[in-house]
Amino acid sequence: MIHKTSPEIGGMGHPIKRKEDLRFIQGKGNYVDDVKLPGMVYGQMVRSPYAHARLKSINAEKAKKLPGVLAVITGEDLAKANLAWMPTLSHDKQMVLATGKVLFQSQEVAFVVAEDRYTAADAAELVEVEYEELPVLVDPHKALEPGAPLLREDREQKDNHIFHWEVGDRQATEQVFQKAPVKTSVHAFFPRCHPAPLETCGCVADFSRATGRLTIYMTSQAPHAHRTVFALVGGIPENNIRVISPDIGGGFGNKVPVYPGYVCAIVASLTLGVPVKWIETRSENLQSTGFARDYHMTAEIAADRDGKMQALRVKTLADHGAFNAAAQPTKFPAGLFSICTGSYEYPTAFCEVDGVYTNKAPGGIAYRCSFRVTEAAYLIERAVDVLALDLKMDPAELRRKNFIPPEKFPYKSSLGWTYDSGSYEPAMNIALEKIGYKELRKEQEEKRKKGELMGIGISSFTEIVGAGPAHSFDILGIKMFDSCEIRIHPTGKAMARMGTKSQGQGHETTYAQIVAQELGIPAADVTIEEGDTDTAPYGLGTYASRSTPTSGAATAVAARKIRDKAKKIAAYLLECNENDLEWEPGKFFVKGSPSTAKTIQEIAFAAYTNIPPGLEAGLEAVDYYDPPNLTFPFGTYVCVVDIDKGTGEVKVRRFIAVDDCGNIINPMIVEGQIHGGLTEGLAIAFMQQIDYDESGNIQGGSFQDYLLPTAVETPHWETDKTCTPSPHHPFGAKGVGESPNVGSPAAFVNAVVDALSHLGVKHIDMPITPWKVWNVLKEKGVA
Amino acid sequence: MAKEQLVSVKVNGREREAYVEPRLLLVHFIRESLQLTGTHIGCDTSHCGACTVLLNGKTVKSCTMFAVQADGGEILTVEGLMQGANLHPLQEGFRQEHGLQCGFCTPGMLMSSYALLHNNPKPSEEEIRRGISGNLCRCTGYQNIVGAVQYASAKMAEADKAKMAEEVAK
Repeated sequence: MIHKTSPEIGGMGHPIKRKEDLRFIQGKGNYVDDVKLPGMVYGQMVRSPYAHARLKSINAEKAKKLPGVLAVITGEDLAKANLAWMPTLSHDKQMVLATGKVLFQSQEVAFVVAEDRYTAADAAELVEVEYEELPVLVDPHKALEPGAPLLREDREQKDNHIFHWEVGDRQATEQVFQKAPVKTSVHAFFPRCHPAPLETCGCVADFSRATGRLTIYMTSQAPHAHRTVFALVGGIPENNIRVISPDIGGGFGNKVPVYPGYVCAIVASLTLGVPVKWIETRSENLQSTGFARDYHMTAEIAADRDGKMQALRVKTLADHGAFNAAAQPTKFPAGLFSICTGSYEYPTAFCEVDGVYTNKAPGGIAYRCSFRVTEAAYLIERAVDVLALDLKMDPAELRRKNFIPPEKFPYKSSLGWTYDSGSYEPAMNIALEKIGYKELRKEQEEKRKKGELMGIGISSFTEIVGAGPAHSFDILGIKMFDSCEIRIHPTGKAMARMGTKSQGQGHETTYAQIVAQELGIPAADVTIEEGDTDTAPYGLGTYASRSTPTSGAATAVAARKIRDKAKKIAAYLLECNENDLEWEPGKFFVKGSPSTAKTIQEIAFAAYTNIPPGLEAGLEAVDYYDPPNLTFPFGTYVCVVDIDKGTGEVKVRRFIAVDDCGNIINPMIVEGQIHGGLTEGLAIAFMQQIDYDESGNIQGGSFQDYLLPTAVETPHWETDKTCTPSPHHPFGAKGVGESPNVGSPAAFVNAVVDALSHLGVKHIDMPITPWKVWNVLKEKGVA
Repeated sequence: MAKEQLVSVKVNGREREAYVEPRLLLVHFIRESLQLTGTHIGCDTSHCGACTVLLNGKTVKSCTMFAVQADGGEILTVEGLMQGANLHPLQEGFRQEHGLQCGFCTPGMLMSSYALLHNNPKPSEEEIRRGISGNLCRCTGYQNIVGAVQYASAKMAEADKAKMAEEVAK
């Protein structure tokens, strides 16, 4: 049980207004492109128009002659400093600027630096690059065929295969499948998409020749990790690098990797000795920075005739583009995709993934997702619906029959995860009741008689977030702990810093609430600072819903360390034994005598003015928190759609999301996260796709054709919750930012398929555009 | 580079002028020449609306016009919304209703909402959704932005009523 603090203190559970809002609503945020330094110049990328081509020559003479141009950097220049390639986060390397050949359209070929943005853009147009086209591979299946053109000539391995990864018991699973009375399967492609945060990526690299220090203002979700990467790759002493991640205009995983633009701006600043700004355009952002998904998946379920699931088998081909730049923990080439058994009890399971290269932009980043969890949740929730169709069973009943029962937690899944806590049926019951499931099924029956199309889609997802325990999780060898440092000032106000970095999640508010909860100092008196590697303790950053499970936990533990010391000070001030003291948020009091008390503010003052003998001055603590396990948020989403037979347009009539993320810090912020994630899920299900034509030309490379929902397409979201705290997290929280994006795509697609299932439709791949639906209707003779 | 031209505008009630390249976009003029960085750039195809400002009372996407086209005009940016030391009801609404997360789309959203309420003080939910459909938000799912505009609409109606009552009393 969490002790409820007063609204004045504003600890856990209070919907307090966000501290960060005041500057944003006045236009006083400080995003990277707002940083303007004296003498600052601008960089612009020259990019390849071809998806696969030999680089014959680069002639920068005309560009260099343009007044205002300071430098043109090419791959050959970088090669001299051993910087033409850089390591990715996935045991691969990536070209910073192309040497020898280009491997995807819009690949970085040269970097032009000029006195202003416009001149830099003009000069980039004047760089003459000669290419010789090579055969292009866009289909990952074809990339594995014998005789396929070799994309990565730099590797010792002379084919396009990157990795094979498997988990579970192949043989035992095979045996179950041989005997199972019911076998069902679905091929589901999770299309390539892009997080497209509203702010693109960029940086200002500022190397001072006078001090030897390099300051990099950058759009970074992981400033400390990036500092270490720059130190290791660039050979600059790490104490001479300062990464500042100022206000970030959305990240969603897009701002985890290191991109060539950052490296080029740094090289340019080192070379020229002036600050260099590089801000990518939206089109550059969509075409070259970390994409997500692109998983070609097959799921097979073996089951009894009454619907009890016996085994799951999953086979996936993962398209990683030209370089394996997936941002994920080192030991997990397919991320946490093995959460694909989902909310169900599978005695046996087997999952395998093969990664391949194609002539597409590199990536494989975790787009509002804890490393491939979105793909896994979508696949299992889709497969369960197909099984329900095959068995002619109600999809809700089938789920109910197979949920991991609450008494089995902590639950060890057949693919090796230990789910911390869960209670799946109550969340589904609330969702079904709120949406009026039974009535909707009746309505559907009536409508079908009239030839009208409506569908109900259910998704009962389980997530795995909060990476993660140091024994299994690291990025480039750095363990995935996270941190918090709290300082209580003499007047009882506090400053806390973390190794994570908010990109809109509201950390300045929620972390302050954790401190308020633990120490009773009003959240209004607690300032949170993140993103400056000179001041914040080391941490791995914000992605994979890990801030609350890791830095949030560190905040609570650091606060408890402070409380321990505060207790000693209080005992000294009250002239009593420590053991005679009791705590309530904000003060220690003598047991049985509540008025004999010292407030945390009085204790803080004493920590600097009246220090007990034998104690150090000050009231501060640091904690580096290594979570004992991951956390497993879950929920049930139900979606109702109506389909226009004339146009194929799908209209979301209602959508209810019941989430369980354990104990909640700020319900207003949690609800906001859910709204946002559902909207991105809607976009993925119906609109967003980065596609390529046969020549490797990007389709969806600007907002003109990469469709994002506006307020008009976005439905009204209904939310509710259950609360099953995490047993191992210091205050029972689990993380929520990604649940709605992980859980919702299946709900949308299941609803559309449900509307068409009586016509024999079992699956439609995302994005479900009106054109796609209209074609299905036409094929079935009902358009 | 073509010869620089003088652009004079009234921005947030203040006369400002600068010599600019004729092809300088209005958004760069606002952000870089005038150093009002509240107005943002989120795309290169005029879809996102982060750069929305008011020019002579009408919303424009300031990435889609040249600074020279605004010469002699009156511009309102997010920095001009405050009413003295007080937040504009829209700013208050965005905070009260949790109508923002990363804050990047917020200035554009505020300006579009400002124009919407100016033309239609009591919009329906559908009208609000249509009114802000030129602005993309990746964080909020729009629902709380709709709530923020409704909050402001109610607040402004209340203020108008109080003002009228005051005048009647006189």
